[in-house]
Amino acid sequence: MRSVKFTVVFVYILFLMLPIYWLLNMSFKTTNEILGGFSFFPQDFTLDSYKTIFTDSTWYSGYLNSLKYVVMNTVISVSLALPAAYAFSRYRFLGDKHLFFWLLSNRMAPPAVFVLPFVELYSALNLFDTPIAVALAHCLFNVPLAVWILEGFMSGVPREVDETAYIDGYSFPHFFIKIFMPLIAAGIGVTAFFCFMFSWVEMLLAKNLTSVSAKPIVAIMTKTASTAGYELGLLAAAGALTLIPGAIVIWFVRKHIAKGFALGRV
Amino acid sequence: MSSKTVNQKAWLLVLPVLLIVALNAVIPLMTVVNYSVQDTFSPGVFFFEGTKWYREVLSSPRFHGALGRQFLYTAIILAIEIPLGVAVALAMPRKGPWVSVCLVLMALPLLIPWNVVGAMWNIFALPDIGLLGYGLNWLGFDYNYTQQPLAAWMTVILMDVWHWTSLVVLLAYAGLSSIPDAYYQAAKIDGASRLSVFRFIQLPKMKRVLIIALLLRFMDSFMVYTEPFVLTGGGPGNSTTFLSIDLVKAAIGEFNLGIAAAMSIIYFLMTLLVCWVFYTAMMRSEES
Repeated sequence: MRSVKFTVVFVYILFLMLPIYWLLNMSFKTTNEILGGFSFFPQDFTLDSYKTIFTDSTWYSGYLNSLKYVVMNTVISVSLALPAAYAFSRYRFLGDKHLFFWLLSNRMAPPAVFVLPFVELYSALNLFDTPIAVALAHCLFNVPLAVWILEGFMSGVPREVDETAYIDGYSFPHFFIKIFMPLIAAGIGVTAFFCFMFSWVEMLLAKNLTSVSAKPIVAIMTKTASTAGYELGLLAAAGALTLIPGAIVIWFVRKHIAKGFALGRV
Repeated sequence: MSSKTVNQKAWLLVLPVLLIVALNAVIPLMTVVNYSVQDTFSPGVFFFEGTKWYREVLSSPRFHGALGRQFLYTAIILAIEIPLGVAVALAMPRKGPWVSVCLVLMALPLLIPWNVVGAMWNIFALPDIGLLGYGLNWLGFDYNYTQQPLAAWMTVILMDVWHWTSLVVLLAYAGLSSIPDAYYQAAKIDGASRLSVFRFIQLPKMKRVLIIALLLRFMDSFMVYTEPFVLTGGGPGNSTTFLSIDLVKAAIGEFNLGIAAAMSIIYFLMTLLVCWVFYTAMMRSEES
């Protein structure tokens, strides 16, 4: 029984790692070697692709642009969602259930539906081609998600905590920041992780809302793939580098990741 | 749930969220609705067309094709990922140092930008230089996803399984780890079989998270765009053109605003309907 279980997990992780290995393998080859034929290991190990990315500003600015809007979006989403999630978890008010579903329904809206109107909207606001435009656009799906996750974590905190604090004379903001937020610190971390994740992986809106100065790395990659012939080595290296922020963020939340993925409601 | 106090001032706390989501959802949605009932010959000049675009979309074989492929894709994805995810979660170690390692490795695909996932699978599956493509051909299968629709489908599905099964694993694992050890011990004393432990202890505990998994996987696979687009470009022919790909093609590629807008609305309403069903089921199970 034990060995069957081990095999299942092992084979599954192996399956997950193979394409990643292949990407890394390619990133250490020259484009000529990649196109030259099939090999398990780089015959002619090179770091040239990585060097190009770190020295060419069109490449590394792409990473910076992406990180900019991802961080902005995470901060906006979490800070707006905190009070809203509290309201949903503690109070009943007119239309609360409908509002909650309406919010969630925006997480369900296919981004493809919104591409064109978004370009128009953010052009009209004079925000086109700025990181803040992408950060705000990503709020469409990240704010509802953040509210949903935080609400799950907050509902796990007994209501007596609130009542005691109010009796002790805490005002709402004071209580919220001093007492309540530390109690759901794990939840806030997990929420930030999710916002980071979904903003980092999204491409359609990020690509279409930017043109030159705020171009994200994902868009630079697609452009390279189509215009510069087939710079496969470079493309693989750029792809491999996009794994790093995700890996770092996962490492930080690894203890809470399981509960976080269950959106706090286990 | 029942002891929540009624407080209309709670609206104030929700207001910021409401405003930002309304900015992003209501205004663009109204733009789309606008386009969907009008026609234009030059910028800024619009004519009211009523339901013309809707009728055109609903009766077009192209839309039926994309819709059919979309449902097939989503159905296959759910049929593979949910059972596989549950199986892997059941096989995971419950405690010990390996848990974190497994979780981190499994979560890795979820944090890769979607177009990188597509690009990655593109080079992974190429018949001449990719590990998967080369390997399959070496084993004697005639495999070339850029030319054979069936191979393209298999690759797109395998890619999605690779990309998203871990989400189901993590959710199911979260459900499983909330089961106290005492339950298992009691089952052991009663001499319960492996199957009945699953049926009567593990499955009920996972029910809630599995509904979330189903909901998330349905939504995300139903609006899938970037990964298959980067991998196959919707081809060969139209064989992997799913709804979002077709929509972007109509809106940005062909600049067919009326058609694209009507398609958007129909698409959105369908997603909404299915999600409402899931959501109601979820809330029911949460209340009970």
